[in-house]
Formats: sequence, structure tokens, C-alpha cells
Amino acid sequence: MSKNSEYLIERENKQYEVIIGLEVHAQVTSESKLFSQSSTKFGADPNTQVSLVDAAFPGMLPVINEFCIEQAIKTGIGLKAKINKKSVFDRKNYFYADLPQGYQISQYKYPIVGEGKVILDMPDGQKEIGIERLHLEQDAGKSIHDIDPNNTLVDLNRSGVALMEIVSKPDLRSPDEVNVYIKKLRSIMRYLGTCDGNMQEGSLRADVNVSVRLKGETEFGTRCEIKNVNSIKFMQMAIISEANRQIDLLEEGKEIDQETRLFDTKRNETRSMRSKEDAHDYRYFPDPDLLPLEISQELIEKIKSDIPELPDEKKKRFIDKFNLSPYEATILVSDIETSNFFEEVIKNSDVKLATNWITGELFAVLNEKNLEISQSPVSAKNLSKLINLIKDGTISGKIAKTVFEQMIDGDQDPLIIVKEKGLKQESDPKAIEELINKVIENNSDKVAEYKSGKDKLFGFFVGQAMKESKGKGNPQLINKILKEKLNG
Amino acid sequence: MSDITSQSLFELTSNIKEKKLSSEEITKAFINRAEKSRKLNVYVTDNFEKAIDQSKKFDSNPNLDFKLPGIPIAVKDLFCTNGVRTTAGSKILNNFVPTYESTVTQNLWSQGAILLGKLNCDEFAMGSSNETSFFGNVQNPVGENLVPGGSSGGSSAAVAANLTPVTIGTDTGGSIRQPASFTGTVGLKPTYGSCSRYGIVAFASSLDQAGPMTKNVRDCSMLLEVISSFDQKDSTSIDYKRNYYSKELSKDIKGKKIGIPKEYRVDNMPDEIEQLWKNGISYAKDCGAEIIDISLPHTNYALPTYYIVAPAEASSNLARYDGVKYGFRSPGQNLIEMYEKTRSEGFGDEVKRRIMIGTYVLSSGYYDAYYLKAQKVRQLIKKDFDDAFSKVDAILTPSTPSSAFKIGEKTNDPVSMYLNDIFTVPINLAGLPGISIPAGKDKNNYPLGLQVIGKPFDEQNILNISYALEDKINFKNDISDWWLSE
Repeated sequence: MSKNSEYLIERENKQYEVIIGLEVHAQVTSESKLFSQSSTKFGADPNTQVSLVDAAFPGMLPVINEFCIEQAIKTGIGLKAKINKKSVFDRKNYFYADLPQGYQISQYKYPIVGEGKVILDMPDGQKEIGIERLHLEQDAGKSIHDIDPNNTLVDLNRSGVALMEIVSKPDLRSPDEVNVYIKKLRSIMRYLGTCDGNMQEGSLRADVNVSVRLKGETEFGTRCEIKNVNSIKFMQMAIISEANRQIDLLEEGKEIDQETRLFDTKRNETRSMRSKEDAHDYRYFPDPDLLPLEISQELIEKIKSDIPELPDEKKKRFIDKFNLSPYEATILVSDIETSNFFEEVIKNSDVKLATNWITGELFAVLNEKNLEISQSPVSAKNLSKLINLIKDGTISGKIAKTVFEQMIDGDQDPLIIVKEKGLKQESDPKAIEELINKVIENNSDKVAEYKSGKDKLFGFFVGQAMKESKGKGNPQLINKILKEKLNG
Repeated sequence: MSDITSQSLFELTSNIKEKKLSSEEITKAFINRAEKSRKLNVYVTDNFEKAIDQSKKFDSNPNLDFKLPGIPIAVKDLFCTNGVRTTAGSKILNNFVPTYESTVTQNLWSQGAILLGKLNCDEFAMGSSNETSFFGNVQNPVGENLVPGGSSGGSSAAVAANLTPVTIGTDTGGSIRQPASFTGTVGLKPTYGSCSRYGIVAFASSLDQAGPMTKNVRDCSMLLEVISSFDQKDSTSIDYKRNYYSKELSKDIKGKKIGIPKEYRVDNMPDEIEQLWKNGISYAKDCGAEIIDISLPHTNYALPTYYIVAPAEASSNLARYDGVKYGFRSPGQNLIEMYEKTRSEGFGDEVKRRIMIGTYVLSSGYYDAYYLKAQKVRQLIKKDFDDAFSKVDAILTPSTPSSAFKIGEKTNDPVSMYLNDIFTVPINLAGLPGISIPAGKDKNNYPLGLQVIGKPFDEQNILNISYALEDKINFKNDISDWWLSE
């Protein structure tokens, strides 16, 4: 990474580096929960998706959902990680009202996935972030404190839903990198179909570990863990605020306590949740209700053969095959829906135009309307038709923008719009010549000025001719004929 | 025909199949005797009314292909029974009525059996005398103020007192075999994975197994055949071909190699136990078995290992009883206070003791020294048996180091209580099948049992050895019905 893009926090001639590691909790895309057959659908009425196992009734036993295992392996492969053929489910013991068993089934010493990596495309080049591990665990239920003034209510719909905890190495160095990392992780999992990455619904949350050190130091400082941050924006805010808090302490000559903290989004500051001394003793031990998980090479190979083209490979293909710039390719592959849309459009139309139209006009509309590409008001089919109309000269790029604006309203067919509104470009040289003659006639004074050397006036004539054609004149043709007439 | 309630399961089943007795007659006979046997305190919850209805229903259209046709059976109150209160002997589940059925009990009903009621047991199966039950202690029909053993004490007493033809118990460290030994009955703990744990209130998941408790070995084979099944709802259930234990039952044990482990000759073992064991050995020889001296060198470590592993798992298994979802709740000002009050008031002393031990041995800083080490020793104990079974087909030992003791005698001395399980816990730690059969009496005329231990999944073999020994021993339990009231 080049020096000028380093993220450093300055204090009186000192520069501090920020060290960040993330523990991302990603909900596994699966019909049913990790150890029961209850539905995982979001938004159901409270306590309607709860089995006897999820509510920890006496004598109930967990039975592993094989599909969740396959999803974790798939994600591991997507992270270029080692798949552990033997892993163990442990019990993490603690009491809470929304934890019906009194323990969470998780993986402690032996996770299903080991070390891997994620490549970040930063403005000044690529950066590799190490993955420490990925393990499977159950989600807890939800405690609701603000409905009944005297009681806490508990909704167990989420209890037992499968989560993948993806732990990064402390390789991240700035809020920007965190942004790109989360988006890349999300993108990989969405390509794989292993996590929908929906942060509003809580499908993706993170615990953020932050420490600081003077630039040039090689030892890590004492870290604090900020629990359960549920948006990228909040993660970035929390990191900046926490790093500054730690630096302030160091500047005052104080020590940083290793502790767990919470981010208060309203005050934009972190506050202590519990110190190291108060840290829970989770009394992890292997869950005797579940045998160690053994994964065969055959299963790994089978899953590998089903892995779709992932963002990094797709980006390379787009650059090599379609001659896109790395920047364009990065944008187009960032989300599987976008790349699918792009590939659909270019099936029948020009790649360069498609790239420009998708990253330009279409993205602008999506941004403005706050829509995902899957909700695009213009279908890939109609966008490719529009691009073909430009390419074959039926309409100009400028007219195309007008047509596009109308297409947004109900995904209208551009061919019909052009036909109904009579927007077809005028490309008949005779007609163009006729209207240019008219312009020259009406502006004889300007013609004289032009001929006496005022070259800048050429633009004026083009404008007038375009106006005369009601915007439909073929710009190349107008240019050509005007030049002939004026210079001839 | 002898009195209905004193008949074996085999006799009752035959009488039903030959239409000499109806299910209703049998059911009413057991209920009638139970009504007069309240003093034994075997029932936590009876199901008498429903049982009579079901027996009538059975008689109206009897399916005689069933293995337990219209046979009324009471079960340990650790098995969840749909619509019938299930307490695990604890105040904390005093009001708990499951909406589901354990696999093992479902297997009984699927073969025509009828639920008579739920039998008393030590709280969460933690105890060796049935004295830790919230519902009071059980009297051993063998003698007044004698414990029936535990934790399946209500079950052993009920079988011995002819209050149920057979029953099922659970065995984590000896909870079937020790009470069988104390009451002159037969009790078998199957191989871990033979009977599903689904729907059984968990004590220590890696040790718990359900098993039959009966009057004789043949009944035991019949009941095991019904309750043992592969169950996908229990991840530790094992899919293997189970024998037709009752059909394949045979007294021919000629040439079987039976091991005698020297380490089971413990200090201060009463002479009568020593004598019992010697008698067993000579009976086995009489049957044509070959006796081989063996060594199980890590036997001494079994009890301490068990009292680390079992409480560790229990401390976690019992975390779900928190007053939040079901069962007893003692309200508090906040969540923590509610937990503290609920669990302080809801659990008895022995359960609390084991939760504390279990929590301690799993704590960071102690985990390696206790839990992890115990798991390693457990592997060594398992290996002892593997090595032994390369030389022998089965192992013969006493079931318990003593006969039944007086109620209250050991309640203030938990360690002496724990020592009761010294011969039975190694078998649970190794996941092996073990059976206790009545083999003699002590000077007080109290029954004593012998234990036959088998290879994994080799229940047929230990049943056959027990069947042959039973014949030679010819044990008679003289129970005087001292408790009966009119």
C-alpha cells in the first residue's frame, strides 16, 4: 500500500496505527435451523417457529442439519480456506432468558473451517486479509424489554438458527478496509448462496476488535472488543471513536484495559460492558449429545464441483474477455445480482455501452430510488434493446437518455417509446442538408463571422441544427454536412 | 393359575395370547394391589383410570401379534410421557406435563403395552437410594425402612412388590443394576446407543441409558427386544442389527470364556459378597464356561472419573431448568434473582451438590486438571475392557459392594453413598452392556446381585449367561407383603 493512503491518527508529532480484527456472524441460508426442523423465515409472529428442541424441553436432543454443514464448507471453500475433516461441537454455558438450553452449541477448539483469505480491492491496489477460522453455532432468541413495563418478553423464533462465525486475522488497518472487507465477504457469500447478507434483518453482524500502536511498532497494543455492531457505518464510527479513546488514554499515560465494550450509536462512543475480570467463564466442553463431525473428502469434492464463479475469478474474466478496466470490473462483480444483470444485457448488446449504461444511468436511478439491482425498474432485456438502438444509430445517446427516463416507469419497451414519440434519429443526409441550409440562411451574420476566423462558432451551428431537428438529427451527420457547407 | 400380579411378563403375555386372561383383569389386579401398597411410595403419578380405559379398548379388539399385548407397565418418572406429568423426581418439574413421548416408552405402547403410572426415582436420577426424590423415599419391599436402591428405586421396588409386571429404568452409573441388586430383581443396562435417549430427562448424556427391570432373565430379554431401537432423533443412537433377544435366549453357555477381574476384590468387601462371587464362578463352571482371571488395571480410577464426568454434563444439562419456559418458577425482582430463587428452591441438595461439582470441574483453570484428565482416564478404562474382551466373552463381578442399607443411614455421607456404584460405573464409562441378576442373600436375608458385563452390542451373550446362572442359582425372593393395607 502506498504511504499516502495509510490510515493514521495524528497526535502532536505522533502517528498512531489502528489494528482491527472482525468476528462476523453470518446467518446461514437454510430452510431449517442448525439442530431442529423449525423454519428460519424472517418476520414471523413471535414464537411461531419454535420446536421442542429450540425451546429446550426436557429430553430433547439436537440433530445436525446436514445442509448447514454443507453451507459452511461451501463458504470455507469460497474463503480459500482449509476444511477440517473432523470438527467438534461444544457447549458454551451461560444463563440468559433468551438462551433456552442454558448453553449455546458452538465450536471452540476444533472449528469446521480453518485458515483462509479474502482479497480486498482498494483504490491503490489489492490487499489480502487473513481468515483465522469459520465455525458453526446456534443463534440465541431475542429478549424484548420495551413492550411490557414489568416483564421482559422472549421471542424464540431465532433460537437455534445456524450462524457462521468468521474470524479475521488482525489484518485490517482502516475503516475503509473494514467497509471493503465486509462488502467482499458479503459478496462471496451471496455468490455462494450461503448467507443473504441482509444487515437490516440481522443476517450479518460483527464484533469488532480494535487496538492502536505508534506507527512503526511491531507489537500489538491491548485490544478492546466492541460487541454486536450491525451496520458498516456503525462499525466505522465505532472504530474511529474507539481508536481515539484508546489513543487519548495512551497520550495521558494511562493503560488500556482489555475489555468488552458496546457502541452507543446516538452518542457515537463506546462504553464498557464488562472488564476482563468480569469476563464470562463459558465452561466450554464437547457436547455429549453430538458426535464429532466427520467430513469425507468425497463431500468436499462434491461441494467444490458445485462452487460457482466467485467475484475474483469473474473480475479477471471480465477484464480479459470484455476488456473492462479493473475499476469497472470491480464494480460489476461486487454483487452477484449486478454481474448477472450485466451478463444478461451483454448477451445481445455492446459491452462498452452496457458497462457505461449500467454503472452510469442505471446505478444513478437505483441510488436515487434506493433500490437493489434485483428491483431494477428497467429489465436487462429492455436495457439491451436501448443499447442496440444507440449502437445502430436509430437514436442518439442524448435521445437515449430521454427514452431511458421513460422506460423507468414500468419497464417500458424502448422500441415502442421511440416509435410512439417519433424519436427515431434523422439520418437521411438529404433531410439533414435541408435543415442545415435553413440554419445557414437564418444566420448569415454568424456565417460571415465564422468564415472570418471565429472557429468557435461551429458549436453554435451544431446546436441550431440539432434544435431545428427537434433533437433527432444524427449528430455525426450534422457535423459532417455542416463542415462541408461552412468550410466548402 | 398363580396370582395375577406375581406372574412374569412371559406368563402374562402367554395368558393373554391364550385368552386365559384379559388386559382389563390384569390391569385391575395391578391397580388393586397398588392401591394397597401406598406405603411403599413407588408412584409419583398414577395413570390408573386411563389404564383401565385402554385395557378395555385393547380387549375389545385385541392384537395378539404385539409383543406386549395389553400388558400394563409403570415406568420410571424420567421418561417423558405425552399428557402424563413427568417430574424426574424434582420439585422443579412438579407441574410439568410433556406434549411428547420418549422413544423408549413409545416403543412399549407401539407393542400394545399400557401406561400404569410414573415411578418414583432419585431427583434427576442422582442418587443410590431413592432418598433424593422430592416425592419422598421409597420403601424396599424386601424389608421395612430399607432403601430400594437408586436412582431407579421406585422401579425396582415396584417390580419386587408385584406392582408392575416389568418396568424400565435408566442407568447412568448403576441406577438400574444397583436397585435390581437391592431388591432381588433383574436389571440390564444396554450398550450406549442401544436405546434412544430421546425424551428421557437427561442427567449425563454420555452415560445415560434406558434398560429393562424385570423379575427374571427371560422377561428382561423380551423387554429389551421392544425398547432397543435405532432412532434418528438421538444422534448417539447406533444403527446396528438388534437380536431377537427372547427368541435367541439360550442356557447353553458351554465354552464361553468368563473373566474374573482381580481389581473388583476391593478392600473391606464383606465376606458374603466374596462368597456370592465364588458361588457365581462355580455355577458358571458347572454350566461349562471357562473361567479366566483378568485384570482391569484402571478400575480404581473409575469412581473419581465418573464423579467428574457425570456432574460436568449434569451441570450443563440442568441449566435449562431456569423458571423461564416451563416447570417451577419462584419470582424475583430481576432475572438473576428469579434464577437464584427458582433453582435454590426447585432443586434438592444432591442435585445442587452435583451442579456445583460439575461447574467447578469445567471452570477455566480447572478444566484441564479435572474434566480433560477424567476424559483421558475414561479412555484408559475403556481400553482395559477392550483388552480384556480380546481374551474373554464376558466378565462376572458382584453388582454392589453391599446389600440394601437402612433409610437415612448414608444420607449425610455422600462419599459412602457414591461408593455403592463402584462396580457399576466403569461399565457406563466404557459404554458396555451389563446386567445384574439376583444371586444370593446376606445374613439379614437381603438380596445380593451378580453382574455380567459384555462386549458392546453383545446383550444376547450376557442374557444367555445370566439365563444359565439364574437356573443354577434358583433365587427365591421371599417378600412378606408387610406393607399391604386394606
